[in-house]
Amino acid sequence: MAGIRSIGVYLPVYRLHRDAVAQVWRGRDGAGARAVAGYDEDSVTMAVAAALDCLKRGKTAPDGLYLATTTAPYREKQAAAIVAAATDLPDTCRTADFTDSVRSGTAALRAALDAVAAGSARSVLVAAADSRPAAAQGNLEMVLGDGAAALAIGDDDVIAEVEEVYSLYNDFTDYWRAADDKFIRAAEGRFIDEAGYFPTMTAAVDGLLKKCKLAPTDISKYVYYAADARQHAGLARRLKLDKARVQPPLYDAIGNSGTAAGFLMLAAALETARPGDKILFAAYSDGADAFILRVTDKIKQFQKSQIITPRLAGKVNIGYGQYLTWRALVPVEVSTLPERTALSLPARWRERKTVTALYGAKCKQCGTPQISQIGQTPRVCVNCQARDQFEPYKFSDKKGTLFSYTIDQLQPTLNPPGVNGVVDFEGGGRLICELTDCPPEQARVGLPVAMTYRKMFVSRGIINYFWKAMPAD
Amino acid sequence: MESIKDKVAIVGMGCTRFGERWDKGVEDLVVEAAYEAFEDAGIEPEAVQAAWVGTVFSGLSALTLAPLQLQYVPMTRVENMCATGSEALRGAAYAVAAGVCDVALAVGVEKLKDAGTTGVKGPSIVGDNQEGASGIGPGYSAPASFAYLATRYFHHYKIPPEEGRRLLAQIAVKNHHNGSLNPKAHFQNELTVAQAVNAPIVAWPLGLYDCCGVSDGAAAAVVTRADLARKFRPDPIYIKSMQINVGARQGTTLPNYDFVHIEENVLGSRRAYAEAGIKDPRRELSCAEVHDCFSIHELIIYEDLGFSRRGGAREDIEAGTFALAGELPVNTDGGLKCFGHPLGASGLRMMYEVYKQLQGKAGPRQVNNPRLGLTHNLGGNAGNGVCSCIIVGNER
Repeated sequence: MAGIRSIGVYLPVYRLHRDAVAQVWRGRDGAGARAVAGYDEDSVTMAVAAALDCLKRGKTAPDGLYLATTTAPYREKQAAAIVAAATDLPDTCRTADFTDSVRSGTAALRAALDAVAAGSARSVLVAAADSRPAAAQGNLEMVLGDGAAALAIGDDDVIAEVEEVYSLYNDFTDYWRAADDKFIRAAEGRFIDEAGYFPTMTAAVDGLLKKCKLAPTDISKYVYYAADARQHAGLARRLKLDKARVQPPLYDAIGNSGTAAGFLMLAAALETARPGDKILFAAYSDGADAFILRVTDKIKQFQKSQIITPRLAGKVNIGYGQYLTWRALVPVEVSTLPERTALSLPARWRERKTVTALYGAKCKQCGTPQISQIGQTPRVCVNCQARDQFEPYKFSDKKGTLFSYTIDQLQPTLNPPGVNGVVDFEGGGRLICELTDCPPEQARVGLPVAMTYRKMFVSRGIINYFWKAMPAD
Repeated sequence: MESIKDKVAIVGMGCTRFGERWDKGVEDLVVEAAYEAFEDAGIEPEAVQAAWVGTVFSGLSALTLAPLQLQYVPMTRVENMCATGSEALRGAAYAVAAGVCDVALAVGVEKLKDAGTTGVKGPSIVGDNQEGASGIGPGYSAPASFAYLATRYFHHYKIPPEEGRRLLAQIAVKNHHNGSLNPKAHFQNELTVAQAVNAPIVAWPLGLYDCCGVSDGAAAAVVTRADLARKFRPDPIYIKSMQINVGARQGTTLPNYDFVHIEENVLGSRRAYAEAGIKDPRRELSCAEVHDCFSIHELIIYEDLGFSRRGGAREDIEAGTFALAGELPVNTDGGLKCFGHPLGASGLRMMYEVYKQLQGKAGPRQVNNPRLGLTHNLGGNAGNGVCSCIIVGNER
């Protein structure tokens, strides 16, 4: 039976504490924190990180990738293809974007399950990521958070089978963002709950349990989306759920990350699930998708490393000022340094293996791995000068060590000062690159680093993604 | 293989005042530098049989020399990053040595301050130039690309960063003292170690005074056959060696590069010494103008060029070895630190100082009994460079 073979998550290292926001606006003291995507992150980069985490945790060779997000970087141009390329999936992989609703994550999940069940795909990666825009001084600014999750869907070796699915749609306007809106708008709170969320979710849960002839007590864990923690707790009361059977929404620690939110809760639930457990998993927005998952024996092996718990706390607390600049909510002074020249699309295409998945080359004659910091694929070996004796060599998954570094006060960046380093890879090869998620005081010679896919700069509306080094876990 | 040694002489040189020359264009700087060189050589512009001009950002083609109104003369523009000015001189000298002309002109010019921005377009050199238009190069500044050397040097020799910064400060203090004696320098102020170490950080561990200025300027040289030189002047300066050494990005690609030396400097200077017949540069050179784009680079140059033993720059700096009155005065005119670094002009500006020193015309900066002098440039950065070394002498 089709199900989940692996699940991976990504949460940015940055946390904005809600009381820091409340202080600025003299609002009610907020509790907890929200995860904030770094200045060089977006839904694509977070989805890449989650997809790589998912692939690392469960050996699987996807022949499909579905990306679910309400915050794709382009209005026109597929985001899933960018994620597939950075994740280094084969080019025959089917890709699609599922979008425009925070329920698009489960829409993608259903499509993946159907493809696998029908035999048209062997394994489909479902990645969900969001970094939803909220206006300053508003409720959503406190409530939302950024994050990503990825599920590998397959037919065998699953950690959780999907036994039943129940969906309904409902054209209901609670949260929306029109084409010209910069921020999400919301309807009146009680209307959202009483006319939309509670009846729709109740119908979905009841409908699903009835469809598979289960009693509410047959369910070990209820994992479901809600707009915020208050709404989440409200549904548990309406459904008279035993608190111990309700997966906490994690909103206190990281906020509501839209399409990724439910999957993140599912990851947390799977960390402690036992074989045979039945999980009811439900997503909401313009209707609902509800699933019955049955946890298999394979979960034990999968639980050897925690999926989400170590990432919940974050590593770097930021101030509200940083948040505002990263989100482009305040204009910032432009750098007085010379501007970079515009991106060349042909050059970027030509060097796509380097640009997207950080491929260099390994000399077949002398075995030297090498990568050029300007992207050119080598033709003559830097070490032995053999011509055209190369095989592709991927650096994005290699561990590295910081050989030297500098903290650059002049570098144009939304998170000054710039941190840059000389990275030496385990197994050979060197790259001089930017560091990210690395507070200046953390930089030191010998720092273990890993590579991460990030936004470098934007040129004529084109987002220039590339790899940076970050302190290794 | 023949050598350039003693085949070509410099018989005239010119150099503009360097600095923020807001009211002067490229054409003004070219005319100022070239006409000083013509007058110094005692020639009229019509005597120039061929010309080379070096500029990185301030002109395309040899039409950059059009303001001189040379009449249909063979001219060439060259570019080799920070070695561009020296490359222009090399083109002129090689043409004379080849016997295809007897009098050639070399001009280097750059108007960085016309960019309207701060600093040299650093990231372009490593990241998003024509070769790397995929735009993946890191966006760090030029100072950052040399700061890697300082971080690593301090780590390698176990020098605490604050101590290391005081050491580098002494280089800036020396160069500022020399610059204070030079009316053509951009910065003519004395500097103290305290001022230097307390200045704002630019790219850790480098601070403001570890970085050279950003300036406009031009310099020019008239070269001729060595055997004709005395017809122009009694004290021509003879070219003993000219070496350009260009890496292939080995250091930024291979992890065996240590970031405490620069291979292009080491090999380029060795070749230059061999061509000039120099065995002990520290004793035989009377003065040296080296590429102090950043203080840490001048320190590493001391070791790379064999002035100090490997790891020994610190003791030599502290002993005042490279001060004006020291054993081997370095950057007697104030260096890039006080002249700034108009890329196309710098190599020829350095040669202007060595030329004056060897003629005994360096005024308050004059070194004792000069015989041989060296100019050195490094374009690019650590592990990724273009090095020029030129040695000249006042005897044939």
